[in-house]
Amino acid sequence: MQVPAAFQYERATSLEQAIELLTRYGPEARVVAGGHSLLPMMKLRLAQPEALIDINGLGELAMIRVDGHDLAVGAMVRHAELLASPVVGEHFPILRDAERVIADPLVRNRGTVGGSLCQADPSEDLSAAFSALRATLVAQGPGGRRTIGIREFFLGPYETALNEAELLVEIRVPIRSHASAYRKVERRVGDWAVVAAGAVLEISDGVITEAGIGLTAVGARRFVAEQAEDFLRGGRPDDEGFTEAGRIAAQECRPTADQRGPVDYKRHLAGELTTRALRAAAARAQGQEA
Amino acid sequence: MRITVTVNGEQYTRDVEPRLLLVHFLRDELGLTGTHWGCDTSNCGVCTVWLDGTPVKSCTVLAVMADGHEVRTVEGLAHGAELDPVQQGFIACHGLQCGFCTPGMMMTARWLLDHDADPSEEDIREAISGQMCRCTGYENIVRSIRWAAEHGGGARTADADADTEPAPGREEVRA
Ligand SMILES: Cc1cc2nc3c(=O)[nH]c(=O)nc-3n(C[C@H](O)[C@H](O)[C@H](O)COP(=O)(O)OP(=O)(O)OC[C@H]3O[C@@H](n4cnc5c(N)ncnc54)[C@H](O)[C@@H]3O)c2cc1C
Ligand code: FES
Ligand code: FES
Repeated sequence: MQVPAAFQYERATSLEQAIELLTRYGPEARVVAGGHSLLPMMKLRLAQPEALIDINGLGELAMIRVDGHDLAVGAMVRHAELLASPVVGEHFPILRDAERVIADPLVRNRGTVGGSLCQADPSEDLSAAFSALRATLVAQGPGGRRTIGIREFFLGPYETALNEAELLVEIRVPIRSHASAYRKVERRVGDWAVVAAGAVLEISDGVITEAGIGLTAVGARRFVAEQAEDFLRGGRPDDEGFTEAGRIAAQECRPTADQRGPVDYKRHLAGELTTRALRAAAARAQGQEA
Repeated sequence: MRITVTVNGEQYTRDVEPRLLLVHFLRDELGLTGTHWGCDTSNCGVCTVWLDGTPVKSCTVLAVMADGHEVRTVEGLAHGAELDPVQQGFIACHGLQCGFCTPGMMMTARWLLDHDADPSEEDIREAISGQMCRCTGYENIVRSIRWAAEHGGGARTADADADTEPAPGREEVRA
């Protein structure tokens, strides 16, 4: 029977108290949100925190709301809630596409958006989707609140820019006129991605004014394909451009071989899924559901 | 740590270690062995119970996290001597062989039918996609859930709605 190693458990009743508890217990303490990454790691003894600070009671972090020109998603919003949210579906189809293929309904009932990003697993779907969207993350620690661009947030596998005793509070994405889509290939339903790609396009007068491409599970630096984004900007949203952008994205990622496939297969998928996500986003921009 | 958990409408108070998982709390502390346990990776779904009205994998929830909350297990499915339509469906359509995955499957099925009285085959397959059956190939499980839907199993939507009032702070606010 696999059980986690012993730890102290504390239930936070406010954000301030959670930060205070993290400060008091020091670097060996961790917050637990949905626990769906942390508890399996603790069972397998890949993680052995000395204290867990439970933030499930913090209703203030469990809200999806429109705040000025931004969509604000609280860190404790569950995957299932993001998936079901009409405002998310209307403005950010990339998030709805991604949520549909993250794990399974039971894991989505418990796992949180904030936990997904803070885990910074190199195969995390939301990390790629929010990176394509250029989201802003709001963190709070003993020194107060600060914002971090998501492209500065991921420092490496399982490593983020959060300081000790700092919590992710909210994810913010500007609501603007853009089209987006997410495409994933997995070995079976509910599995982590072999490769997945997200695309965000802003199009004005038939010209791409801004592009976001997120890639997961292929070692893309900070989950994005920047050179492919640069290539797309200023061009036309046509198939030729999307194919070329896919080719560039495939070149700039760094997949590794594992049980999900060899390097050349993953690179091929990275290119193909980037092209398909771009096509799907462009079709949505023209009002055709893809 | 002392916790009080309401399971199938009854309150239980126990002293537990923080590292005790909810599945083991139910099985070993309360003797409710209907909830099964089959993996260490949160993949198989045989441990599925409801936590505050939502199906979750109880091997990936700490018992202390359920303190003050409500759990429903397969033992709470029947109404006295009368089996739930979902249970009847599994009997009528041979929805099980060894029965290992069955309690978890039935808990998800009950939840699905509470929210959608007439789910399509695709909806059913999606709902149970986080749960593994080693025996049936899923065909008969899907049939069993359809059977329940067609035999009054989806009719309890009214009390389900009362159960699933969004908790404060959970609703969507549009500015
Ligand atoms: C069977 C299975 C399949 C899965 N498949 C996929 C998949 O296909 N794609 C995918 O993307 N994910 C997948 N996941 C991962 C799942 O989406 C994540 O486990 C989950 O979303 C992480 O969120 P959590 O709330 O459970 O985090 P937790 O496990 O509670 O926390 C994860 C880490 O983040 C930290 N943390 C959590 N919240 C905060 C916060 N607010 N501030 C600071 N630090 C914080 C914790 O301390 C911990 O280190 C899968 C998981 C399982 C169990
Ligand atoms: S025992 Fe396998 S998912 Fe819980
Ligand atoms: S009936 Fe045997 S595992 Fe499903």
